[in-house]
Amino acid sequence: MSSRRAGIPLEALESASRLGRFTSLPEDKGETVVTFVAQLSCRECGRAYEVAPLHVCEWCFGPLEAAYDYDAIAGSITREKIAQGPSSIWRYAELLPADRGSAVDLGAGFTPLVRAERLAGALGLGELWIKNDTLNPTNSFKDRVVAVGLSKALEFGFKTAACASTGNLANSVAAHATRAGMKSYVFIPSNLESGKVVATAVYGGNVVAVDGNYDDVNRLCAELAGTYPWAFVNVNLRPYYAEGSKTLAFETAEQLGWRFPDHVVVPIASGSQLTKIRKGFEELHKVGLIGEEPHVRVSGAQALGCSPVAAAFLSGSDTIKPVKPDTIAKSLAIGNPADGYFALDAIRQSGGGMAAVTDDEIIDGIKLLARTEGIFTETAGGVTIATLKRLAEEGVVRPDECVVAYVTGHGLKTLEALSATVGPTATITPTIDAFTSAFDIDEES
Amino acid sequence: MSTTVRIPTALRTLTGGASEVSIEGSTVGEILKSLDAAHPGIGERLFDEGGSLRRFVNVFVAEEDIRFLDGLSTPVTEGQAVSIIPAVAGG
Repeated sequence: MSSRRAGIPLEALESASRLGRFTSLPEDKGETVVTFVAQLSCRECGRAYEVAPLHVCEWCFGPLEAAYDYDAIAGSITREKIAQGPSSIWRYAELLPADRGSAVDLGAGFTPLVRAERLAGALGLGELWIKNDTLNPTNSFKDRVVAVGLSKALEFGFKTAACASTGNLANSVAAHATRAGMKSYVFIPSNLESGKVVATAVYGGNVVAVDGNYDDVNRLCAELAGTYPWAFVNVNLRPYYAEGSKTLAFETAEQLGWRFPDHVVVPIASGSQLTKIRKGFEELHKVGLIGEEPHVRVSGAQALGCSPVAAAFLSGSDTIKPVKPDTIAKSLAIGNPADGYFALDAIRQSGGGMAAVTDDEIIDGIKLLARTEGIFTETAGGVTIATLKRLAEEGVVRPDECVVAYVTGHGLKTLEALSATVGPTATITPTIDAFTSAFDIDEES
Repeated sequence: MSTTVRIPTALRTLTGGASEVSIEGSTVGEILKSLDAAHPGIGERLFDEGGSLRRFVNVFVAEEDIRFLDGLSTPVTEGQAVSIIPAVAGG
């Protein structure tokens, strides 16, 4: 196990400052930090970098990723220790790049894995499970990545949290920054759903509505990250932040009784979550928690109005062409997905499939999940369920497989998408006669 | 014509720490070529062996991605800035 000062990165920070990465150094807190992260490594060319708030390879612009000492983790982690840990992502702290001892914790993770027999029946599937990640502290999976990202930010000594967001990340960064006593600047497209704006602004940080789409916001934040000494969780903290999504795989395997599913269906925005879920399954084998090798088929879900990865997959192309998003699934509306190539590789290598579903299919997917399983998801979950339905019809997802669909955000965040099609069954005056004339009810039912 | 090129942090070691430089050229391709001439080493970071922009390099003219314009042939007019930006994660 490596044990370093909370500014492990201090030398790196100083070096970064010399290179003009920060206008000033974040303050070193002088505490001891314990993680198993050995280094950062470039996913494109493999070059190694020290553990620091860096995210891009200086040689090829490839994204940097946390690399662990898996032998050391294997000597430390056991199923029993995990079972005795907290009911949150921090039960898997050895496999995360931030120290549990100083975690920014609102209780993210360890959400229910629900057996979905009615939905399985409707889709002609067998063993189907829903990972209900709507039940996180700010009601989306983003709490997993933000908890890890801002914990690391505090270790590095940052005092201000920031992000570019399609909404869910905004909610989570604003909440976790408040929890951590950090200032926050959250950048969102100005056309976001009102629920996501209110559920960000309520925490009191700065909310910056940008006239443009998410890709415009992301570009702006990428430039601001080079100007201000802030922890942009999905920019300069990305190698740490993204690792939080692995816990979706860890929990799934543990909740299935320490076994791998056969097939998972995951929504794609930037593609990071899908690739990290696959990495998570592989790590469980690497550190000896599950003896067999994972053979998990990974399928991706996109909305037709923003489907650059699905378009490449379905056309057999190796090139992902950016698009201008036009879909009700705003939390997936990333036209230039940074991890798209890695997601495409993961799907192809694992024998998974993809679909690009229409806005009508998304709404039908939301309703189908709600009306079969009692789970209300936002539009991203509608994309996942609609894709699951399509892939089941096409025979890509099979009835003999143990299937897990990831439902990653709560429906109350995107009420606008349903308000035109869901409402009262009847509107009546407050009399018994009015009720009985509106409904022909069999008293035995 | 001189154009302002905004330099990402990952390349500032090659520009002496400057976050913006002024470069001559009338298309994105010309400007990036001149940028490499003025600050040797930048070209090999941005382009692969085949001469194409690396897949995680994004270039913008007046805040628009050149993949929605005319790629490296995109004209750059007076007052427009060119930004070089690495891909970042989603949110």
